Amino acid sequence: MTGSTAAGSHGAVPVTGGPVTGAPVSGVPVSGTPSDERGARRSQPLWEVFVRSRRGLSHTHVGSLHAPDAHMALRNARDVYTRREEGVSIWVVPAAEVVASSPDEKDAFFDPAGDKAYRHPTFYDVPEGLTHL
Amino acid sequence: MTAPTTATQQDVAAYALRLGDDALVLGQRLCEWAARSPQIEEDVALLNLALDHLGAARSLLTHAGVLLGPGADGVVRSEDDLAYLRDEGDWTNALVMELDGGDFGQTMARQLLVAAYQLPLWQALASSEDAEIAGVAGKAVKEVAYHLDHARSWVVRLGDGTAESHRRVQAGLDEVWPYAFELFERDALTERLLAAGVAADPGLLEPQWRATVEDVLAEATLTVPETTWRPTGGRTGAHTTGFGYLLAELQHLHRSHPGATW
Repeated sequence: MTGSTAAGSHGAVPVTGGPVTGAPVSGVPVSGTPSDERGARRSQPLWEVFVRSRRGLSHTHVGSLHAPDAHMALRNARDVYTRREEGVSIWVVPAAEVVASSPDEKDAFFDPAGDKAYRHPTFYDVPEGLTHL
Repeated sequence: MTAPTTATQQDVAAYALRLGDDALVLGQRLCEWAARSPQIEEDVALLNLALDHLGAARSLLTHAGVLLGPGADGVVRSEDDLAYLRDEGDWTNALVMELDGGDFGQTMARQLLVAAYQLPLWQALASSEDAEIAGVAGKAVKEVAYHLDHARSWVVRLGDGTAESHRRVQAGLDEVWPYAFELFERDALTERLLAAGVAADPGLLEPQWRATVEDVLAEATLTVPETTWRPTGGRTGAHTTGFGYLLAELQHLHRSHPGATW
């Protein structure tokens, strides 16, 4: 596995080899050299959109969109994802800049955490009278 | 309200109707872009703008109906009555709002000219003596600030883009430009309402409008049109040919099926 990007509106799509997650555009190869479709899309690259719903909360991934540049991506995100008062702040990130874990590495990445219940804080008793925890 | 309303109330009603008609007609034109925009994100953006205008129109038409007082049948006209049952000659929107046809470049050129007018307009009307108009204006200021930002982005992008996008947005601007000046006309109604502290002074809006527009056009490498032709007539009900078709689409359902709901 040599690299992945988040290109593809359904999540991470590896760019070289490996199985494909999400639904690729019909008939478009997702590995190897960029196809014509990819070339056409280069002028309207994909952006991942993160919205903070209110102060104190984190920005949360809400979806993606196409836009020619960051300025337009931010405005498109405002129009598409915050029409119903969903947010007070927006981040847009070029999807190509997102480094994603590969489905190939799922076992090595995540399974080892499965049997380590002691990492959860359930074994600690919270002292009486302790606030703001 | 059943008593006849005063002359000032009639004036305010006529003024609210102008503002409301401007908003409703421009909103309707923007709705025509649904599913026709260059990209799906722009579809949503244009309809957001249309909804802002529609929201303002609803409040203003409702307000006008109340101020106009009961008609011959003793019933106060609702926002729907005013939107769906008035004929062409009774509409008082400015012609620039109703201009039909044109490509995306022309639409963005109009958006720029209108938003650059509406921003100082709503800012001034936020302190109108008429509480209802002031309320609508206070909300609309924030909305139209975004409309202007949106239009500026696109006009600069298209004007300073490719040779083809530059040519088309310049052509659209040339087409729309002469119609903008109707927005700054003064007449007996605006004079009376200026004295009453209800209306915004069109004469003060024009220099602000021109400064904003020329700033954007310079950045967009577009040329300020030199034409001195100044079409007018919308405020007195004399509209362009295309306006009849707009009304037909807007009003057909309600007139064919009075009171239809879903």
